[in-house]
Amino acid sequence: MSAALPLLASEEFKAPGLGLFEWPPILASGPAWFNKPTALMMLGSLLVIVFAYAAFSRPRVVPRGMQNVGELAYTFVREQVARPFLGTKDSDRWMPLLFTLFFFVWIMNLFGSIIFIQFPVMSIIGYPAILAIMVWVLTQYLGVKRQGPIGLFKNVMFPPGLPKWVYVLVAPIEFLSHFFLRHITHAVRLFATMMAGHLIVALFSDVGWHFLFVALTPLGAPLGLIGVIMTILLTGFELFIQALQAYVFALLTAMFIGGALHPEH
Amino acid sequence: MKLLAAEEAGASIILPTVAEMVIGGFAFLVVLFFVGKILVPRIQKTLAERTDLIEGGIKRAEAAQAEAQALQQQYRDQLAEARQEAARLREEAREQAAQIKVELREEAQAEARRLIEAAHAQIEADRQQAFAQLRAEIGRLSIDLAGRIVGESLEDETRQRRTVDRFLDELESSSAQAVR
Repeated sequence: MSAALPLLASEEFKAPGLGLFEWPPILASGPAWFNKPTALMMLGSLLVIVFAYAAFSRPRVVPRGMQNVGELAYTFVREQVARPFLGTKDSDRWMPLLFTLFFFVWIMNLFGSIIFIQFPVMSIIGYPAILAIMVWVLTQYLGVKRQGPIGLFKNVMFPPGLPKWVYVLVAPIEFLSHFFLRHITHAVRLFATMMAGHLIVALFSDVGWHFLFVALTPLGAPLGLIGVIMTILLTGFELFIQALQAYVFALLTAMFIGGALHPEH
Repeated sequence: MKLLAAEEAGASIILPTVAEMVIGGFAFLVVLFFVGKILVPRIQKTLAERTDLIEGGIKRAEAAQAEAQALQQQYRDQLAEARQEAARLREEAREQAAQIKVELREEAQAEARRLIEAAHAQIEADRQQAFAQLRAEIGRLSIDLAGRIVGESLEDETRQRRTVDRFLDELESSSAQAVR
């Protein structure tokens, strides 16, 4: 893009790059790890706790105020995430984890579209990674506990009802997929969509800023306008993607747990 | 230097650092503790209570309805029973009345028969008595008469009686034939 634009602008437009995800420490003399994403992680955690506290600290049989919102969220996660994979009985057992995961991820994602904050924390790979690792540990533990170590491998690598020679292919693929790949993609999916979304919104808002304010030219102005419009549209899209990715993350977690508990499904 | 930094940035964007994971993991566990361990169970309990309450209400309503139906059925049964009982009593009364009528009639007839018989007996006794009196009277009168006619006093009691009796017997047998 930068190669095509010098004709239009006196100052060269530089598209934002991966530097967007590199943050210096907030305090010059403070620890290196304490940067914007870390601070947002803490803020987000606090917000989730505060929201849950406001909604659920003293629940009433006849809900009021925040409890209504909290119950809406709770029943959404229960009906859309937990019950399809865990059934009615196991759902209640795992709802604390799934509800927390969904809101934790969602708030962290939502920071990408909140003005002045504007950074989705989950676009830093470490955060989705640790969540995926926790889910991985949990599901392997549950799998071994429920199916036994041998049963777990047998159920994963040799699903019944296939012709014998197919297992030559299925066993290694299923092994890799079940124990590693699906958990890696669990983290990468969230990380990549958040990162890409943030990058695209940043790019368009940068286009708007550059061509309408930094270097306003007759030819560049329409491009800047397009940048602004696209920023608005993509922010709306991002709001949807943020919630969707949080939903997908919790959904897959429920699916993994369900698979560990009931391998026959 | 700048180029090196950019390359490092490119690598680090897909490689998690330990610091991120420690902070992220810690933050999530804290949230999980407060939200998952403390707060979510509360709302679960409340939702369960609400379900219980609603289901309990429905169950209570169903129970009340069932009870009302049972009661209605009971009343109906009782009513039918009462009707049957009344009909039975009426029937019984009718039967009793008929029986009493028959008994009374029989009694009256028996009484009447008895009275008639008593009257017959009385009449018979009176007749016998009258007959006996008459016999004695007739005997005396006849002797008186015969004595006057014959002029001979039939003083001899024994003969006199024999004669009278013989006469009366003949008379009786002829009158009995005449009566028949």
